[in-house]
Amino acid sequence: MTNKDYSNKIFKFILKFSAIVSFSIFVLLFVVLLKHSYLAIKTSKLKFFIDTTWDPVFEKFGALPFVYGTLLTSFLALIISAPISISVALFLSEFANRRLKEFLGVIISLLAAIPSVIYGLVGIFVLAPLMRGYIGPGIQKIFGFLPFFQGSVYGLDYFTASIVLSIMITPTITSISTELFDAVPKSLREASLALGATKWEMIKISVLKTTKVGVIAALLLGLGRAIGETMAVTMVIGNVPNISLSLFSSGATLASVIANEFTEATSDLYLSSLYYIGLVLLLVTLALNLSSKILIKYLVKTK
Amino acid sequence: MNRKLKDKIFQFFIYLSVSIVSFVLLFITGYVLYKGFSSINLDFFIRLPKPVGEKGGGMVNAIVGSFMIVGIASLFSIPLSIFTGVYLSEYKNEKFANIVRSSLEILGAVPSIIIGIFVYGLVVYPMKRFSLLAGSIALSIIMIPLIARTTEEMLNMVPTTIKEAGLSLGIKNWKVIFYIILNTAKPGVLTGVLLSLARVFGETAPLLFTSFGNRFWHRSILDPAAALPLQIFVYAISPYDDWNRQAWAGAFVLIVIVYILIIVSRRLVLKYK
Amino acid sequence: MEKVKIKIENLSAWYGEHQILKNISFDIYENKVTAIIGPSGCGKSTLIRCINRLHEVIPQAKVAGKIYIDNKNIYDPDVDPMEIRKKVGMVFQQPNPFPTMTIYENVIIGLKLNGFKDKNKLNEIAIQALNEAGLYEEVKNKLDSFATKLSGGQQQRLCIARALALRPEIILFDEPCSALDPISTAKIEDTIVKLKQNHTVIIVTHNLQQAARVADYTAFLFLGELIEYGPTNSLFTAPKMKKTEEYIRGVFG
Repeated sequence: MTNKDYSNKIFKFILKFSAIVSFSIFVLLFVVLLKHSYLAIKTSKLKFFIDTTWDPVFEKFGALPFVYGTLLTSFLALIISAPISISVALFLSEFANRRLKEFLGVIISLLAAIPSVIYGLVGIFVLAPLMRGYIGPGIQKIFGFLPFFQGSVYGLDYFTASIVLSIMITPTITSISTELFDAVPKSLREASLALGATKWEMIKISVLKTTKVGVIAALLLGLGRAIGETMAVTMVIGNVPNISLSLFSSGATLASVIANEFTEATSDLYLSSLYYIGLVLLLVTLALNLSSKILIKYLVKTK
Repeated sequence: MNRKLKDKIFQFFIYLSVSIVSFVLLFITGYVLYKGFSSINLDFFIRLPKPVGEKGGGMVNAIVGSFMIVGIASLFSIPLSIFTGVYLSEYKNEKFANIVRSSLEILGAVPSIIIGIFVYGLVVYPMKRFSLLAGSIALSIIMIPLIARTTEEMLNMVPTTIKEAGLSLGIKNWKVIFYIILNTAKPGVLTGVLLSLARVFGETAPLLFTSFGNRFWHRSILDPAAALPLQIFVYAISPYDDWNRQAWAGAFVLIVIVYILIIVSRRLVLKYK
Repeated sequence: MEKVKIKIENLSAWYGEHQILKNISFDIYENKVTAIIGPSGCGKSTLIRCINRLHEVIPQAKVAGKIYIDNKNIYDPDVDPMEIRKKVGMVFQQPNPFPTMTIYENVIIGLKLNGFKDKNKLNEIAIQALNEAGLYEEVKNKLDSFATKLSGGQQQRLCIARALALRPEIILFDEPCSALDPISTAKIEDTIVKLKQNHTVIIVTHNLQQAARVADYTAFLFLGELIEYGPTNSLFTAPKMKKTEEYIRGVFG
């Protein structure tokens, strides 16, 4: 029996062991979440997400306010961010020269790297006062008749949270979209230009149309990020478990309620309800990521 | 509508978007640096927090705490993830490798607050205490998918001919992988490590229910510990002006650390390509 | 009478379901240069990769048959492939020096990672290998610079030196000049001819003139089968098989 037999075998063992540990963490995640949310699942079942009252004192746990808050802020963030992110991506792939592309690339990486808590900090002390003092009243002057813009503007509300979120998800959408646009073959662009298209028309026909599926995948990923984002949202949304049509109301999201109330959860049902929220948050995020991956796979296949 | 006009509007919107994005980044960075710099003093780096409401004090325990939490998390996660990445690259055709790869992808998509409640249930609850250790475990779980996937990708980028050359010299398989291939992929792998460090240094949510925070020094890794992003959070939402000021100081330090890590890692990526 | 260094017996090789080599048998003589020629896809590279047991490293690869080196079947179950690869060196089509290492480090890496520690001896061997590869004079003053800074031809000679450092008895060349300019090619062909004094050389090439220039013996492969094998001169001037004649005349491949 030669020495070398052992060293290769040991090596493979170490590698496999590491992989097993990594995999186990993944399995444990679901085990722990399921275990701790079991009580709430059994108690509240599915009407958990339709009940509107979240009152820990009376042990009433309805999660609809948070579902509402999450959906509202995430979709609003996506609506704000999508045109801007896609435009920046188009700029990078269609207009920018190499140096500019590199420079903007750095800006986008840095934007993506800013910790959530710092976005929240700037949100609280810069954006919220701006909202309260200028932007909110400004919007109300023009659109104040709409139910979405009613009520006093205090600055810590759905609107501020949505804006902060939109900034945070922009790097994600931009970087994926840029890659997609870059991948469009030059010949496709030249084809439409040769037919006399303006730059915008060329982009519409040759770039946007062909990358539509991929861009949707990028948007789904951005949405997933917005849904899971916690700290910045907690800091600017007001943390009130209500449901209101007005964007200037305070609210809460699935992620923010966990951050806010987890350490205060005194009863078993309370804690378990928060775990239940966490489980659902996880599943929704994963579903979005999965759909995004499926779309990209479909894209690659049809090439 | 006039085609040329549409084209002009479109281009205007594009330049506007780019300006907005650049402005936002520059504004946030600039504002944090400005407010932070004017809020920083020597005390910040060497003193502990003062009791509630009192002015002064610093965040030395949070700064050290962050380094320790991230440091210990690195001890767990870096070797583990690199080995996992090597496994995924070497045995990429095995069924188990595909399972691991998919599960790491999913793990990487989990919101960090969920990681926080996960580690709470896994470590804090049974131990009946918040601890620096729990915080490190939470952060390492965030780091593992990042480093493992980057390592695998970078190893895959090394041309097979390099591996063949190594094997043709009669060198043992594991030595070829570690001394030659991993070495070749080193800048890329290092990038992955630096990026994951930049990410976890700024993470707050996973620490909320694990290391929890501490107004004083932790006596051991089994004690709750302060961390920079945690402290920034607590101070930012508080009603005290001086605490708010210190939150900016903390943000300044944090953003500088994160930016340095990002910029260094970008340099490395360019060198690798 | 020439001494047989390598005896190939009923060698077959597969990649998945696809059979690349079909029952190949012939002898390779010691201290001679043997060329393997044939059109693309005929299995030339696979053949030599069976000799240093590199073919089996590819997932889904299979080998059957025997290859005797000095009368010992290298595919015997008790044989360690790594030992074989120390005895059988290989130079690849694309120069592949290790990019993170210097010229010197590249040459000695095979020895170092096999446990060789004596610094002085390493030095000696490195210089000797570089000399044999015809590279020493050009790099003797920059042994500590990175291997990737060399030109293509120099890199390939470095790879030859790297293989030679292990003092293999047999050296395999897999189309070593196909990525190089004519001058580098000439230098390497020179080296190959010199090497046969102390080594047994096998060279895969699609360049018939090259085979005619450097090889003592030539084997012609077609679609995985050995069509003809013999002294280069006779194979080229008076081929026995029709396919050989057609190939040499340039009908296909």
